[in-house]
Amino acid sequence: MKPLESPHMPRPTGASDPIITVSSLSKTYASGFQALKTVDLTIRRGEIFALLGPNGAGKTTLISIVCGIVNPSTGQVTADGHDIIRDYRAARTKIGLVPQELTTDAFESVWATVNFSRGLFGKPPNPAYIEKILKDLSLWEKRDSKIMTLSGGMKRRVMIAKALSHEPTILFLDEPTAGVDVELRRDMWNMVRALRENGVTIILTTHYIEEAEEMADRIGVINKGEIILVEDKNVLMQKLGKKQLTLHLQSPLSTLPTELQSESLQLSADGTELVYTFDTQSNETGIAGLLRRLNEQGIDFKDLQTSESSLEEIFVSLVRGRP
Amino acid sequence: MNFYAIKAIYLFEMARTWRTLMQSIASPVLSTSLYFIVFGSAIGSRMASIDGVSYGAFIVPGLIMLSILTESISNASFGIYMPKFSGTIYELLSAPISALETVIGYVGAAATKSVIIGIIILVTARLFVDFSIQHPFWMIAFLVLTSITFSLFGFIIGIWADSFQKLQVVPLMIVTPLAFLGGSFYSINMLPPFWQTVALFNPVVYLVSGFRWSFFGVADVGVGLSLAMTLVFMLTCLAAVWWIFRTGYKIKA
Repeated sequence: MKPLESPHMPRPTGASDPIITVSSLSKTYASGFQALKTVDLTIRRGEIFALLGPNGAGKTTLISIVCGIVNPSTGQVTADGHDIIRDYRAARTKIGLVPQELTTDAFESVWATVNFSRGLFGKPPNPAYIEKILKDLSLWEKRDSKIMTLSGGMKRRVMIAKALSHEPTILFLDEPTAGVDVELRRDMWNMVRALRENGVTIILTTHYIEEAEEMADRIGVINKGEIILVEDKNVLMQKLGKKQLTLHLQSPLSTLPTELQSESLQLSADGTELVYTFDTQSNETGIAGLLRRLNEQGIDFKDLQTSESSLEEIFVSLVRGRP
Repeated sequence: MNFYAIKAIYLFEMARTWRTLMQSIASPVLSTSLYFIVFGSAIGSRMASIDGVSYGAFIVPGLIMLSILTESISNASFGIYMPKFSGTIYELLSAPISALETVIGYVGAAATKSVIIGIIILVTARLFVDFSIQHPFWMIAFLVLTSITFSLFGFIIGIWADSFQKLQVVPLMIVTPLAFLGGSFYSINMLPPFWQTVALFNPVVYLVSGFRWSFFGVADVGVGLSLAMTLVFMLTCLAAVWWIFRTGYKIKA
């Protein structure tokens, strides 16, 4: 898969320039289920924004409202300055959506279905542009194939080609790499980066924390219909990331000596390891003091290692309410 | 107006027709031809003429109308039901396209197909029975109006249905009986007075009567009333479609 480019797409502008604004958005379905509770969110032009959340958190509802698939109960959304309800034509023209499910017209050819999408979004035919998309997505050789004959990965690419066919400036990717192999996942990451380089704002939801960690500029966490956190990824990692120092003891301990007992220090079940958790942002990590106290207690260690919290651990902490 | 979107939907639906030529066109033409052979040539030759029209010729407008009704409903309902069923309707809902444009695309394609079928059946019928058309303009007008109206009705059924069974219920259980009892094979003047009155509550009577008038200049009810009833049904369907898109009924949460 080659990096995608579009001759019509602007280069990224200011990082703080909002392209999507969500204000006081809520959604209660007819069943009474409240999928979103007063959500406020701003997506910046040209960024890759990862929206994380457990199943049923409201990710897909939020995306569906912005794209026009679900009606909001209250609130307002604008896409590139256009209200998604009052000025839906202008707003929707800016947006491309790759849904989570592989929903395609099984009997259509790749070429026909991608051109159909372009027409549906009010764009005149442009065979050269469609050809370029299909080539960039390694679909050109399959252009005359019926979609039902394609592999899952190929179908996923067709969905992306359809979403890009009308040259959107905002692209929603709802679980884009769900069920795809490692190679294709890497290909897609590269493709998403290339799109961003060409000025497309990317909003992706994912269950793969690794994906968000790898690609996102900013991360939003949604849980039970509420945005509980929006932060630059690196800041989030620094702010909430904790490091652990693991000491492999020379001789196992049956219990932790009273002088060493604290919330930060844990003895492993087999007594062979001491695990010390410390804050990376703190001026005083406490490591020097710990090592001194261990020496005073005559506890020797044969090896040590440090490890950092992954985004996944941070995410789990957040949704469990233990930041 | 998003003309590119209308064109995209229309061509997409027509492409489905050409892809399934046997099912879409050959099948209704064949089944209607069998009607002509049995009721027109075989039995019809032994039956008296009605209002001065041979029985074989008399049933031509009714049989065309029968096919138009069922095919319009079937095509339009399937056209919008399939995106719902497969999930591809997300694309339609997220596109910069209005309800009117969506309806023009889907209903336009379904009506086009019905008109094509109607004309093919008309030509086929001419091979079996001898007839002429007294009011060709009104024949085309009734053909097109009925195709559009029942395609709208089919579109509504396609939105309403949430299973393939429901998709078939209205055409099979309501429309086909109404078409058979709507004067396709007989003049309602042949019925006892009570049943003549009952028949007037059947909307298909007005369609068949008006269409037959355009062929032979004879009708069970006044042609103006037939035209008015067709337009009333069309406006009712349009109002229902407008309400569906306004509320998002069965298509948008």
